[in-house]
Amino acid sequence: MLSFALTFALTCYALAFAMNLIQVVRAPTLPDRILAADTMVINTIALIVLAGIATGSALSVEAAIVLAMTGFVSTVALSKYLLRGGIIE
Amino acid sequence: MIETAISALLILGGLFGLIGSFGLLKLRDPMQRLHAPTKATTLGVGATLVAATVQLTGQTAPPSSAHLLILGFLFLTAPLTALYLARAHLHRTVLRNALPPPAGTGDWASTPKPPAS
Repeated sequence: MLSFALTFALTCYALAFAMNLIQVVRAPTLPDRILAADTMVINTIALIVLAGIATGSALSVEAAIVLAMTGFVSTVALSKYLLRGGIIE
Repeated sequence: MIETAISALLILGGLFGLIGSFGLLKLRDPMQRLHAPTKATTLGVGATLVAATVQLTGQTAPPSSAHLLILGFLFLTAPLTALYLARAHLHRTVLRNALPPPAGTGDWASTPKPPAS
């Protein structure tokens, strides 16, 4: 049962990743693209964690932590750039 | 028993992640589109991380808390991401004079201030 649930979750997040790619390409406005890229980072974190469950190792957690931090900082920096025309004030 | 719990959490997380990205693709308005990833996807990733925590706690001798660290970080940063993106969207599409004035003194936080000095 665990292997079925794991396959199901991996398929769901792979489909979600494909939808995010479509949204990054054809989004109408720039904040939409930033949002799609941010969602892509979150889905990547989920995929890394699922791969960690599948292989039974706890080594991939560090990659997920780094990805969570850089994803948040890059999203805020891009939004800040759209808002003020600069990142560091 | 534990395997059933992990499987339920994994299926719940996968469904919520799929719903979040589908909403991002399907909703019409940019402000509506902000809802789907910041709520549904965060919940889905949260369920996946709890499943990973439960699974690793059974294996390793000290209980693994790194996944819960990521969970807390994501739950803290998702509203901030939504706030900044909504500000950027308002700043780019809505004219400043079309907004009603905020309560109290001062201006909206999203309107650019003149440089100091």
